[in-house]
Amino acid sequence: MAMTMKLNIVSAEKEIFSNLAEMVICPGEMGDLGILPQHSQLLSTLKAGEVIITEQGGKQESVYISGGLLEVQPHVVTILSDTALRATDLDEHAAQAAKQRAEEALKDQDSEINFAKAEAQLAEAIAQLKLIEKLRKKKGGH
Amino acid sequence: MASGKEIRSQISSIKNTQKITRAMEMVAASKMRKAQDRMSASRPYAQKMIEVVRHLALAHTEYRHTYLIDREAKRVGYIVISSDKGLCGGLNTNVFKETVASMKAWHEQEVEIDVCVIGTKASGFFKRIGGNVVSHAEHLGDEPSVESLIGSVKVMLDAYHEGRIDRLFVVFNKFVNTMTQQPIVAQMLPIGASQTEANQSREARYHEVSEEDSGAHMTHHWDYLYEPDAEEVIDALLMRYIESLVYQGVVENMACEMAARMVAMKSATDNAGDMIDDLQLVYNKSRQAAITQELSEIVAGAAAV
Repeated sequence: MAMTMKLNIVSAEKEIFSNLAEMVICPGEMGDLGILPQHSQLLSTLKAGEVIITEQGGKQESVYISGGLLEVQPHVVTILSDTALRATDLDEHAAQAAKQRAEEALKDQDSEINFAKAEAQLAEAIAQLKLIEKLRKKKGGH
Repeated sequence: MASGKEIRSQISSIKNTQKITRAMEMVAASKMRKAQDRMSASRPYAQKMIEVVRHLALAHTEYRHTYLIDREAKRVGYIVISSDKGLCGGLNTNVFKETVASMKAWHEQEVEIDVCVIGTKASGFFKRIGGNVVSHAEHLGDEPSVESLIGSVKVMLDAYHEGRIDRLFVVFNKFVNTMTQQPIVAQMLPIGASQTEANQSREARYHEVSEEDSGAHMTHHWDYLYEPDAEEVIDALLMRYIESLVYQGVVENMACEMAARMVAMKSATDNAGDMIDDLQLVYNKSRQAAITQELSEIVAGAAAV
């Protein structure tokens, strides 16, 4: 029987594949990579594309990933898949948008934190919550 | 004493409120389950990520990333995660209290603070009290995606990379159980640097699973093969690592929000029930008094004839 390795494909939002595999072919940044068991340690970025898995027993399966990272240890292969298409300029754009939102939402505010005000407000809110709790207890609530 | 009609209308209005709070309670309960599922679904990624980062720390890499280097803190960054909606008891208040306490400690050391807010409530809070808010994400919805966080997190990572901030913290609620949510301030950058007490417990929790695989067969010196090159790969890896930590925080906070809302709405429903009972008693008493009065009037009238 062919040798196998443990293959994990995970994304931040879910686990995609976790089982034994005989071979996996993935879209590396510099070209497709075919990984067999006992490959030496490798770390690579992946492009968007198809990952072809040969499961134990020879059954083939393929999943699509939108880029990510590949970590190879001799007996464990991990693919950390992205959930969104990533590119430096796309990320840059998202960062700009986040900055802009912050500027718009908080246009006329003080850049120095007013700790006295913050603590007063929090103390008030907490006192209110405590009072509610107390009233409930007094009424013989739950 | 209020007239029968007035009390009746008051009772029916409270009943309507009770219906709403009961519906909200049930909605929150079902959303909480989904949020918990999402929380556990995102865990494998974070764990794998930590394993890889640990391997990386053990490997003898020729390139040391800025995220791993401890610098003197002159300016620190906070990512504050809150809910988008209210009606969830003291959830956000507790997070802000923890945040302000931690920020104040830095402030006393004359360290400046940059803030990244996630969630409408946090942005409202910092709008009221001031603070240098550099990035902002809100209305993430019930199914937050990593995509919606990339921008805000990148602003902070860039700031760290360029040396504008020397520490990065994340503040969120940790889901202990349905009744208990614990606000936590955790240090994210530099990775593996001197960590706050709160962080240690969190790290311990995250590292539990990866413990066994890192120690045993990783003692000898080795390094990865990198493609295309070490710098690029490690950059991409660490960026995703931080993003996944923030995403985990958001998802966990979401589960906390739903749990807190469920509890708050349950007690609101109970309170409405108590009020209805009290009013019903008053109503019955006044009705009985009216009947008694009417009877005695009739009897008195009959006696007079």
